[in-house]
Amino acid sequence: MNLNRRQTLGLSAAAAVVVAAGLRVSPALATTEDADKRIMEFTGGKAPGTGKISLTAPEIAENGNTVPITVSVESAMAGDDLVQSVMILADGNPNPAVATFHFSELSGAASATTRMRLAKTQNVIAVALMKDGSAFMDKKQVKVTIGGCGG
Amino acid sequence: MKQILIGLWVACAASAILASGLAFADPVDEQLSIDGKEMIVRAKAPQGHPFDEVLSGWLFRTPETRALEADGFDNPGNLSVQDGETLWNKVDGSAGKSCASCHGNAAESMKGIGANYPKWDEKTKKPINIELQINRCRTEQMGAEAYEFDKAGQKQLTTYVRSQALGTPVSVDLAKGEMQKWWDMGKDLYYTRTGQLNLSCANCHEDSIGKMIRADHLSQGQTNGFPTYRLGDGLVSTHGRFRGCIRDTRAVIPKAFSDELMALEVYVAWRGTGLSVETPSVRQ
Amino acid sequence: MAQSKPRVKVPKTAAAGEVVTLKTLISHEMESGQRKDKDGNLIPRKIINKFSCEFNGVKVFECDIDPSISANPYFEFSAKVNESGTFKLTWVDDDGTVTTDEQKIEVK
Repeated sequence: MNLNRRQTLGLSAAAAVVVAAGLRVSPALATTEDADKRIMEFTGGKAPGTGKISLTAPEIAENGNTVPITVSVESAMAGDDLVQSVMILADGNPNPAVATFHFSELSGAASATTRMRLAKTQNVIAVALMKDGSAFMDKKQVKVTIGGCGG
Repeated sequence: MKQILIGLWVACAASAILASGLAFADPVDEQLSIDGKEMIVRAKAPQGHPFDEVLSGWLFRTPETRALEADGFDNPGNLSVQDGETLWNKVDGSAGKSCASCHGNAAESMKGIGANYPKWDEKTKKPINIELQINRCRTEQMGAEAYEFDKAGQKQLTTYVRSQALGTPVSVDLAKGEMQKWWDMGKDLYYTRTGQLNLSCANCHEDSIGKMIRADHLSQGQTNGFPTYRLGDGLVSTHGRFRGCIRDTRAVIPKAFSDELMALEVYVAWRGTGLSVETPSVRQ
Repeated sequence: MAQSKPRVKVPKTAAAGEVVTLKTLISHEMESGQRKDKDGNLIPRKIINKFSCEFNGVKVFECDIDPSISANPYFEFSAKVNESGTFKLTWVDDDGTVTTDEQKIEVK
């Protein structure tokens, strides 16, 4: 059947919605299937909510080999208000696992900075698991351009 | 139908303009202070220079990369400075000496000298750079073997020595010996197109400053920060970078420390006159 | 070249109960296991897979590290200090090599 331009665009848009709706995690936090699986394993099956955790990453990575990121979770880090661990994922890397930070009461603050590798433009995801079993997530897209000169 | 098509074309054109907008960016207007020490990242160009102002490559980097260089601890290049310091103090060769045996505390004996290389060498009647000077000391004073290009500790020791000039403005003495002749040779090379891609240094670093070449934001191509820590490759030497660029024009690559690359080093160092030595700088 | 000494930045003094920032940097290729050599063979993975920080023998911060962490791994984190003592930093390589560093802090 011959589709005109308008019809083709309409179909593609509909298809995109269908794909997005198929993901287990809420559409606003949609990531790849592999990343989703790891998130569920990490949280013990609980879908993470938004808020409390904040992930800082550059909009455009100067070089995908060394991308600085910071993760920070609002928490008194005392008594029952304690961050147990924060898992970092890169949903477009050959292996999405990046690092898992484990905090303690002696941490004082639930925040950490590191440098990571990104193979291409993708989402960096940070999931916090609290002592009381609740989980929170933040996600940032980092644009990675490949190739340059020299070296 | 027609209205929708026109709308689509407008949207495509707009995004194309946006995309090309990202393909050019001015260097930032910022000051670089490394651990509180002010660096000169913009300087008035010397007489006969193609630009009015010489600019450090630091000004062309993203905020995150600029921040990495501004903090001496955060700068991954300083791991190599640490390695270089270990080498400086390490006894090597038949004479049972280390660099420190003759030169003592590098912070004193090597202070500022990194800003003045390449220098004229009476012995070989050629310019000499830090790498070759280190090799001369090793073979003639220490009874040790010369470092092969980019091998063993050459990059780390060169970085350590040059970092003792951090902040000092680059200034190459063209009056000594036949330095002017080598400058002329280097200038010739700088403007000569080479390789299958038929590119000269000037095509990128003079004609296309601010534009993107694939993922790189083109700067003036200065050497004031070398050896540099490249985010993708780690520590890179001056001749390593020259060879990499020339390789990417798909030309036959001159050997490190060859006459051509020594001449190029003299000329390119002069193009950065007035900029602070930033070794080890952080670049993309 | 021999393995170089890790770099660690810790304040020398702090007030009791203060939260201080620690910065750590160690030289390591962090070979991901994804790269191929000139002959097309996969270069085997060899990374630092764990980093931990203790204060006076008690765990403060730990990190399980995967190959997506950059070469020359950098970690910045906090510690709440209630008494004077020693931070012990530990890095563990895939091949079992353990590198440690100690930094003292005086707490008033």
